[in-house]
Amino acid sequence: MALDIIISGLISGSVYALLAIGFSLIFGVARIVNIAHTAFYMVAGYCIYFATHEMGFHPLWGMVAAVILVTLLGMVAYKFLINPIREHEGAVLIATIALAMALQEIMTLIFTGTYLSVPSLIKGYFLILDVKVFYQQLLTFFAALIALGVLWALLMKTRLGLAIRSTAQDREVANLMGINEARVAMITMGISVGLASFTGAIVVPLTILDPLMWMHPLIMMMAVVVLGGLGSLKGSFIGAYILGFAEAIVVFAIPAGAFLKGSVALSIMILVLIIRPEGLFGVTFEEER
Amino acid sequence: MKKPLVSIIVIVIVIVGVALIYYATRPPEVVPTIKIGVIGPMQYVQGIGHWNGATMAADEINAAGGIQVGEKKMNIELVQADSNEFINITDATNAMERLITNDKVDFIVGGFRTEAVLPMQDIAMENKKIFIGVGAAHNELCLRVAKDYDTYKYFFRGSPFNSSFLGRTSFIHLGTVAAIMKMTLNIPKIKVAIAAEKAMWTEPMIEAAEGVIPKMGMELVGVWRPSPIATDVTAELSAIQRSGAHIIFTVFSSSVGIPFARQAGELKISAVQVGINVEAQKDGFSQATQEMGNYVATLNTYCRSVEYNELTKPFVDGYVERFGETPTYTADTYTAIKYALAPTIEKAGTLDADALVAILENASYMVPSGKVEYLKDAEGNHLHELRWGPGYLTSLGVQWQDGELKSFWPNKWKAVPEAPEVTYKGIVPYKIPPWVVDAYKQ
Repeated sequence: MALDIIISGLISGSVYALLAIGFSLIFGVARIVNIAHTAFYMVAGYCIYFATHEMGFHPLWGMVAAVILVTLLGMVAYKFLINPIREHEGAVLIATIALAMALQEIMTLIFTGTYLSVPSLIKGYFLILDVKVFYQQLLTFFAALIALGVLWALLMKTRLGLAIRSTAQDREVANLMGINEARVAMITMGISVGLASFTGAIVVPLTILDPLMWMHPLIMMMAVVVLGGLGSLKGSFIGAYILGFAEAIVVFAIPAGAFLKGSVALSIMILVLIIRPEGLFGVTFEEER
Repeated sequence: MKKPLVSIIVIVIVIVGVALIYYATRPPEVVPTIKIGVIGPMQYVQGIGHWNGATMAADEINAAGGIQVGEKKMNIELVQADSNEFINITDATNAMERLITNDKVDFIVGGFRTEAVLPMQDIAMENKKIFIGVGAAHNELCLRVAKDYDTYKYFFRGSPFNSSFLGRTSFIHLGTVAAIMKMTLNIPKIKVAIAAEKAMWTEPMIEAAEGVIPKMGMELVGVWRPSPIATDVTAELSAIQRSGAHIIFTVFSSSVGIPFARQAGELKISAVQVGINVEAQKDGFSQATQEMGNYVATLNTYCRSVEYNELTKPFVDGYVERFGETPTYTADTYTAIKYALAPTIEKAGTLDADALVAILENASYMVPSGKVEYLKDAEGNHLHELRWGPGYLTSLGVQWQDGELKSFWPNKWKAVPEAPEVTYKGIVPYKIPPWVVDAYKQ
């Protein structure tokens, strides 16, 4: 049972980590609480469905197309919807909720509410010490690790990463140092939505497509981000695996309460916040940033 | 002499002109119609089924000249209402209000989720409109009729039969499959795992299953309750596999039925699935599971190759030809309009709801899925509940075999030992998945 929990927890944790890090990134850099983050993940899933099922493309090309298109969509949404009201955080929050709902309704109009699916990149499963694991799950796990590694390299080893980190630390000072803060924010939005769409692309073969599929991941992603500490990438990464393992333990320890896995994960988040209100790796006061 | 003649000619021309203008511009003659509201989640398969079934019935009736109401023939006019009940129950009640107060419909058919149909029922009853429920299965909908007949007598169940009968039928399917497994694979005692989504309607079924399964000579190894919207159930499936279950008794009406079937098929879990999986009743199930849902068995109403009676084939074939898919039970709006409302209106010769209720509640009529009669409770009160059993409505046990939905039940089924056997035309044998055979063959 322990191995089942480890494998299940690692896979769920990787998916949550990918979503949460993208969300944390744009919050850390531009203070944008992008509620539409998982809606982009949903749109990416539909793009792959359209490319594979309607246009007959190989799933891999569908995934590539989905990531590119959705990233562009995210940047356009930022330019015309979020950027004009960026200084009003409340307005941004509401605008992104509206955007998510609009995307949901558009997908419903185009694809109806019928449950759809896309094929796996690699079909079948293999055994690890008698535990059955899908190849697609393994792919998801490694893709998550690679994406996180690339993101780390981008942030730590490039000039763009330096600019992003500087902006995240202090927007005003970054601006005074000659960094085009608005441009950095837009690029960061692109990376953030790109991560959401990439997550959608690798996860969608394991799940089902429907226009409401963005809601549950949104709750879990928010929980991960709050648990890890708002804006902290390291916190999001660790928080994601904590909640992933918590969910797996619930399913195996109390089968008749498997539906409680989300609630238990959220309870852990609340418990941590009671002890440490700023989250695991968050900073206590805004001024400390 | 000349002047009066000119005047007369002018007057005649004016009169004729006015008459011609009136004739040319007169409002079109209003043809009286019977307005039927079709309510359901129109963006979803269930609502699409509601609308398709109703459209087909209305078109057939109108093409045949309409419904004879007393001295006149009246056509059917359908009014669509999107209840959006999966997302917001208030939308459903608003849609019902709009149908009655705005669109002024005479009758209503449809509804899907019990949680939404209960308040929709209240609105229809307040307005004394006949509402034939096509989708929700909770017993309470009809128990209300018996408890407060004067208020709720305008409600009739159209499809499916109630939760208790659904449960009973599922246990028969479970017993049938268990017997086949036992005989084919020489398993001395069948182990059963229950996988039921966390929803109100599944609670009584789980309770009943926990009592019935041991009485049927099987061992219950556990109950798993995933969320109705769970998208990853590999953890649950791993746990079920470890429990040693031979059969998974499924109780799913929500989307979880798809990942459960897909992941179980892809992981080659060595247990067969039987019970209720509403998603597996739809033609799109094969695509939704990427063909991994093969061998999943579920209760269902229609199957392309099966005929309950002489009405089944024309309906199913006609529906498939027109809409490109097999009708699901929400398409029984067809039955509600064509076989319940239309003949009752013709018999009563009026649209008066009270007169129609008095006729319909005592009616007995054939429909494409069997024969309809309405039950009374133990005290003899009208329930407007569908009768279940041989000779009436039984539904089917269906299984996905090689990408097609086939029916394996009823196959020489006897409700009681002395009852005659029931086998519908087009029934095929149940198939055990090859990986399950490999896992247990001795």
